[in-house]
Amino acid sequence: MEDYERTGTVTLDYLKKIGNVPSEERLKKGPVAMTECVQDIPCNPCAEVCPTKSIHMDNINDRPKIDFDTCIGCTLCMQVCPGLAIFMLDKSKEKPRLTIPYEMLPMPERGDVVKLLSREGEEIGEGTVVALLFPDKRYQSALVTVEVDNDRLLFEARNIRVVK
Amino acid sequence: MIDLRIHEHPILKFDRGRELRFIFEGKEMKGYESETIAAALYASGLKEFMHSFKLNRPRGIFCAIGVCASCAMRVNGVPNIRTCIAPLKEGTIVERQERRGEFPTNTVKKETKKEELETDITVIGGGPAGLSAAIYAAKYGAKVVLIDKAPKLGGQLIKQTHKFFGSRKHDAGVRGIDIAEKLIKEVLDNKNITVLTKTSAFGYYEPMTIGAASNERSTLYKIKTKKIIMATGAAEKSLIFENNDLPGVYGAGAAQTLMNVYGVKPGDNLIMVGAGNVGVIVAYQLLQAGVNVKMIVEAMPKIGAYFVHAAKVRRMGVPILTRHSIKRAYGDGKVEGATIVQLDDKWQPIPGTERDVEVDGIAISVGLRPTYGILDQAGVKLKFVPELGGHVALRNKNLETSVKGIYIAGDVAGIEEASTAIMEGRIAGLSAAIDMGLAGDDAVELREKVREELKDLRAGPFGERIRKGLEKVEVL
Ligand code: SF4
Ligand code: SF4
Repeated sequence: MEDYERTGTVTLDYLKKIGNVPSEERLKKGPVAMTECVQDIPCNPCAEVCPTKSIHMDNINDRPKIDFDTCIGCTLCMQVCPGLAIFMLDKSKEKPRLTIPYEMLPMPERGDVVKLLSREGEEIGEGTVVALLFPDKRYQSALVTVEVDNDRLLFEARNIRVVK
Repeated sequence: MIDLRIHEHPILKFDRGRELRFIFEGKEMKGYESETIAAALYASGLKEFMHSFKLNRPRGIFCAIGVCASCAMRVNGVPNIRTCIAPLKEGTIVERQERRGEFPTNTVKKETKKEELETDITVIGGGPAGLSAAIYAAKYGAKVVLIDKAPKLGGQLIKQTHKFFGSRKHDAGVRGIDIAEKLIKEVLDNKNITVLTKTSAFGYYEPMTIGAASNERSTLYKIKTKKIIMATGAAEKSLIFENNDLPGVYGAGAAQTLMNVYGVKPGDNLIMVGAGNVGVIVAYQLLQAGVNVKMIVEAMPKIGAYFVHAAKVRRMGVPILTRHSIKRAYGDGKVEGATIVQLDDKWQPIPGTERDVEVDGIAISVGLRPTYGILDQAGVKLKFVPELGGHVALRNKNLETSVKGIYIAGDVAGIEEASTAIMEGRIAGLSAAIDMGLAGDDAVELREKVREELKDLRAGPFGERIRKGLEKVEVL
């Protein structure tokens, strides 16, 4: 049994081990998607919608593997992912940027400072919302892009809490 | 005044319709056109709906879909009305009843109408399986009657606010509620399909006749049919623990019905028992409805739900405690807390690990069992198959049972997902049309394709149970 089956969370080390984390070099070039979908489940829309065919799966139950070199960071896979298991990372700007799927209320607005939560839901810092996609399209999940202070937040923050 | 109605929700908009007045035990109350009696009462804070027959213990809503009857009340003088599926009407008089309820005092003579219908195919159950069975049979010109006891079509699908898995051509990435809307529209727009909601199919009679009744329309239906597709779904299993009948202990599905169909918060602080897909998904939906989920406990050593579902609630800060179970519920007339306990590897409670958690609701999600009653009554050969959730019908690859002309689809055929129920509905609908001689080679080909896709979905580790279960029943 894998640890995540008991805890409901994966560690960054585990994600690195299975090759799910893009390199520093790639992150510097611009936004890139990373999946935290680590189990064989019958699901593949991320691979089906990718315009650059960057998500590889052997069959519908296989785990998605992203080719970080060809991924253009378009967010289409994120938009369709029912598991809310794809995140977008970017280190090409002054500060690291992280995009998170979000389906709760209240919805943040651009410029808001939000709390950043870890994979366990613990508060680990703050970030500023710099972009917001689909905040009110009920059939889609909102995609919230936050600017963060450091790599730790980029790799460990996976949820936001909006304090209004 | 207590009002548990949800007014803001990230996914849902509640169109409650006109405001209505009704009388509950002499007091004027307010509710809405779109609500059932139970939903309106629950929204205003009522927990105790009835009392048990023998020991007079308080009972509250458990299933919210008209199966368990622990919400039975006297409505306009008629006892034993399951208020969770009884639509609210202006001026309705509702009372709690003594034990089994006194003889009806309502002396208004209602004419019971009798109607005889003749059709090609009768589909019982308007959930994902029944809807797609009706659509695929009607596609080939079959005349279909679709029966459902709920006020709305869609079964459990109209409560699924999360996006579905699978592949794009099967609507992966689309929310269950949006898939439901599409299927329901297709059914309602189809002239070959007659829809009877608020109608209970109560029996099968030879040859190929279904008896059904609608309280709402005071009508008794005799439906002569050539084929029958049973898509009656499933009911939630209960769990044995001290005070498990206390109002505030309910199925996870009931919590989902209250919050996602009627927009009523089931409670403020909840504990979820069971970390399978249903438990974890409903926990996530509770958070979306503004309910605090204190924890999820799971007796198994590992989380049964897909990891991605579990990760969603974990990053909201909800702990999932594996090898933990609920020992008892406590509270005066309603749930005020739960005692949880750790289990050892032989499933035995470890003394000294008991812990009280203050909650006003305990949602139980320990699995579903197929609703096979009418299949049994029709003489269909059944078998108890744990992998499929309980008693299920033996069937062939076309989903026809041991009684020629009776087919099954969806959870009644084995507990699985809504997406697989939709595909089984297609197979059953196509099979019925093919066997009637209405559909030809293209339908046979299409059925083969759907079967292949279904096989692919079930090919992974999460399909193992189903594959094992099907081996035991796909024997005809
Ligand atoms: S972000 Fe766009 S290009 Fe990159 S993997 Fe996702 S869909 Fe493909
Ligand atoms: S769409 Fe999301 S959940 Fe489905 S396989 Fe891709 S990453 Fe996993």
